[in-house]
Amino acid sequence: MTALGYNFGYLDENTKRMIRRAILKAVAIPGHQVPFGAREMPLPYGWGTGGIAVTASIIGTADTLKVIDQGADDTTNAVSIRRFFAKVTGVATTERTGEASIIQTRHRIPETPLRQGQILVYQVPMPEPLFRLEPRLAETRRMHALADYGLMHVKLYEDIARHGHVAISYGYPVLVGGRYLMSPSPIPAFDNPKMDRMPALQLFGAGREKRIYAVPPYTSVRSLDFEDHPFVPVRADAACALCQSRESYLDEVVVDDQGGRMFVCSDTDYCGTRQSHREAAE
Amino acid sequence: MAYVAVKGGERAIEAAHAWLAEERRGDPALAELSLAQIEAQLGLAVDRVMAEGACHDRGLAALAIKQSRGDLIEAAFLLRAYRTTLARFGASEPLDTGAMRIRRRISATYKELPGGQVLGPTFDYTHRLLDFALAAEGAPPPPAPRAAAAEATMPRVTGILAAEGLMAPEPASEAEPGDLTREPLAFPADRALRLQALARGDEGFLLSLGYSTQRGYGNAHPFVGEIRMGAVTVEFAPPELGFAIELGEITVTECQMVNQFAGSKTEPPQFTRGYGLVFGHGERKSMAMALVDRALRAEELGEAVDAPAQVQEFVLLHCDNVEATGFVEHLKLPHYVDFQSELEKLRELRATAQMAGQREAAE
Repeated sequence: MTALGYNFGYLDENTKRMIRRAILKAVAIPGHQVPFGAREMPLPYGWGTGGIAVTASIIGTADTLKVIDQGADDTTNAVSIRRFFAKVTGVATTERTGEASIIQTRHRIPETPLRQGQILVYQVPMPEPLFRLEPRLAETRRMHALADYGLMHVKLYEDIARHGHVAISYGYPVLVGGRYLMSPSPIPAFDNPKMDRMPALQLFGAGREKRIYAVPPYTSVRSLDFEDHPFVPVRADAACALCQSRESYLDEVVVDDQGGRMFVCSDTDYCGTRQSHREAAE
Repeated sequence: MAYVAVKGGERAIEAAHAWLAEERRGDPALAELSLAQIEAQLGLAVDRVMAEGACHDRGLAALAIKQSRGDLIEAAFLLRAYRTTLARFGASEPLDTGAMRIRRRISATYKELPGGQVLGPTFDYTHRLLDFALAAEGAPPPPAPRAAAAEATMPRVTGILAAEGLMAPEPASEAEPGDLTREPLAFPADRALRLQALARGDEGFLLSLGYSTQRGYGNAHPFVGEIRMGAVTVEFAPPELGFAIELGEITVTECQMVNQFAGSKTEPPQFTRGYGLVFGHGERKSMAMALVDRALRAEELGEAVDAPAQVQEFVLLHCDNVEATGFVEHLKLPHYVDFQSELEKLRELRATAQMAGQREAAE
């Protein structure tokens, strides 16, 4: 049952087709940003309109949708987007990573490895990886065309010279297919290695900036680094207080005003599944 | 365990929206605002929402204002999100503002001019004293005296200058203008697209940018050649008919700014035009738009581009308040994950700095 007065998936079929064309082009040129005629969506810009537009144009009646924000299914914006699609498509929704055919995400990649046939849709605020170094789009377009990424290498070099480390903790730039510099969206650098040769299709939608880009399955995605300063993904050095995982990305939870804190998995499905397995084993 | 889920849930959202509905309605003992009242008595708010919502429908704009509790940017957003779902069946014929049924028309460059000065309904020359009599609801004001309607077509001031060769002509084009709601802006953007972006841009942002060009950031020397407000006919030529038919009429405000231009290698010294056009009675917006339009022509006129109002990407990518409010307000969304990685990175950087300090002290 879908919302009265709106097409399946909210967008009209012509708009969906236009977006799917942009997606096909993006898949054909991995990591390249394809401009598209983004539409206003009934949710605000910056709250996932690009991801919503991408999901709306690829979703079908047989799909099962999972939506996460900060790794969790129960954050308010994830709830809001999941309810939006339940209303305008009527498709099944799930919180289980393994059961979803489409996973829309903000700021995380699920801990459970994705498989072939699944699609991961990222919500992207700033698609241009160079924007902090060069805000002019006409200029960054030229730099991408010439694969002129010296500016970014210099920035990484300067970080290392000044601090001993690259000082980028999220949205860490990657090189896709050995050709295009790409923003992985503001996922923690910890998640970057998961993008490399991922069996699932990765689609990136930036609504306000009107860009779509993609990483096809099994494509190389390399975090920028230097031979003598290799990329190191960072996580809190602790175990999850709920499921004891030492592999997952952790949120720090302040438990009192005395400096007390604990760490828990940011991926709620991963954490919940591990907890129930432990209970079953006990 | 001390850990309580900090992440919100569906029930919290539902309760918050119910609370919002209650706040919107306010004291139920008071009469509810009707859309007709908003449309008639908050007409300039309706006009602004239509302009920034880029959708000419007074009734829907009034509904959006009611639903948004008078938050006009939220109202423009509601209208945009509705507009975007409408089928686009074609483009109207160009509006002929020369044939406007004038309700207001003023020029700051000529004291007397063909068609005359028509003040119309304006705040200009009112004393900004709170009218306490208005607080006590009373009888409607007596009808205002009106001069006889002006002649059918009022010549434009810029046309008078152009006839003398003093106003740079705009290049004519039969090409269908681009549509920034269908194709994303690419830079440099042509003037038709720039004007589209400015027409739906935020009034406050354009006002401040226009103001900055008057204060030395952009070297503007503008005169209000003419501001006119009134009704224009909207015509549409369906391909199956082959000729234009009238769809109706809408009120628009048009501002033409006359600006000095010192001339270049190829162009003689002459006046150049800054142009503003907005839905409804939006005089401040049309003037600001005309100032910014002229500033954005710096590059094509061979002038230095060194002020914010002259930089296309800066102006056009930041003037849309629906985009701006979305991205600024998205900072309210959770950023636990990014913040966590920043925490870890900061601790790492501090540890490195501390170790370096200890090493130095030891040496």
